[in-house]
Amino acid sequence: MAIYEQFHHISRWGDAFNVDNSPNTGSSTIVPADVRLNNKAEYISCEQVEPSISDQETNKPADKIQRRLAQNREAARKSRLRKKAYVQQLESSRLKLAQLEQELERARQQGIYKSGASGAGGFGLPATVNSGITAFEMEYTHWVEEQNRQICELRTALAAHVTDIELRILVESGLNHYCNLFRMKADAAKADVFYLISGIWRTSAERFFHWIGGFRPSEILNVVVPQIEPLTDQQHLEVCNLRQSSQQAEDALSQGVDKLQQSLAEDVASGLCSGNYRAQMVAAIDKLEGLENFVSQADHLRQQTLQQMVRILTTRQAARGFLAMGEYFHRLRALSSLWAARPRESA
Amino acid sequence: MHYQGESWGYYMPTSSMPSDTMERVVKLASESAVVIFSLSSCCMCHAVKRLFCGMGVNPTVYELDQDLRGKEMERALMRLLGNSQAVPVVFIGGKLIGSMDRVMASHINGTLVPLLKEAGALWL
Repeated sequence: MAIYEQFHHISRWGDAFNVDNSPNTGSSTIVPADVRLNNKAEYISCEQVEPSISDQETNKPADKIQRRLAQNREAARKSRLRKKAYVQQLESSRLKLAQLEQELERARQQGIYKSGASGAGGFGLPATVNSGITAFEMEYTHWVEEQNRQICELRTALAAHVTDIELRILVESGLNHYCNLFRMKADAAKADVFYLISGIWRTSAERFFHWIGGFRPSEILNVVVPQIEPLTDQQHLEVCNLRQSSQQAEDALSQGVDKLQQSLAEDVASGLCSGNYRAQMVAAIDKLEGLENFVSQADHLRQQTLQQMVRILTTRQAARGFLAMGEYFHRLRALSSLWAARPRESA
Repeated sequence: MHYQGESWGYYMPTSSMPSDTMERVVKLASESAVVIFSLSSCCMCHAVKRLFCGMGVNPTVYELDQDLRGKEMERALMRLLGNSQAVPVVFIGGKLIGSMDRVMASHINGTLVPLLKEAGALWL
């Protein structure tokens, strides 16, 4: 490998090679291992650009060869470092490009959404439909920034072993932050419930787990529970109960939404051949209003689950829980970016 | 007959309700351990029914759209709850629990199961 690299760098960086000693080309490329070790001292001295007095004194061909070998090695090393830096720059640019493409895609989807909503103006939708959603989008960006800041603060506080009182403040902030999100979503639901159902504001990996407008409560508990050991017997019982009750509530809401889908499809599909569909549309609108109720109940369930979790756990456990949750969603968002940036076969 | 309405934060109306309709609601609510007032077309009602069935409870369900006096009872329940949605509404052991959000909140905070056991709707 070393031989190849010397060859390679000699052919590319010819200036490192002195013309007047060309007959030595053949022998200088073959470097026995022990010669390399002996030349360590010379290798270091070759960092100096100016020829030293010792160079001029020792004008024997053997020394010249050793010097040139050392210079070659040095040039090869620098070349490798430059190549490494270049590749790293390429990698980070590719990641940046993928992120920009994602943002562009999201903006395009919003553009479609906006033009779609105004196209449905025949139903008399007010202009506030769009502004409600754009307001949510902006607020959500800030929400994520604040969330990341809180995660860092929690991690630092737990590592530094701060007092329970200080941790309590962080836990309360974490809980409040999620409650703020649910409030934001309630406002967005008034603007357009389908926006919440689709999960457009979340990244692609998060959207894979999307359930009635957000995360599943059971998903959260699966992430948190391994992080909060050890539990007392009482806590263990309460955690089990919480897992069971939240799963049961999730299942019940899922079945409700399934029924809603089914009856909506029936409403839209009734009397297809007759052509006249006014009555069906009225019934369908009623069902869609029911969908708003489900999104609201799902967010309510998320909030209740988080609040009960805080009630059951000690302050330190709850802090670890919120850190785990925050880190989990952060990783899902990062995963989405990495996935978008992965090398693909060109079309 | 008294309700646990206060502890759940509901405003108790004092007048202007056809007393026989309200009495009928109360009577039906105390005849079974778990009573759900529902509309057959309501999907949230379906969800509440599925929740109790999933817990192994067998609720008594009254579909108000299939009852002659259903409309009146709906109005009575709306006034009882103080909101525009009458159904679903759940009574356990004759006591008013509330709508889906109250039911879910009490299940999550662990108070629902003891209530069900007390009413004899759940056995260990």
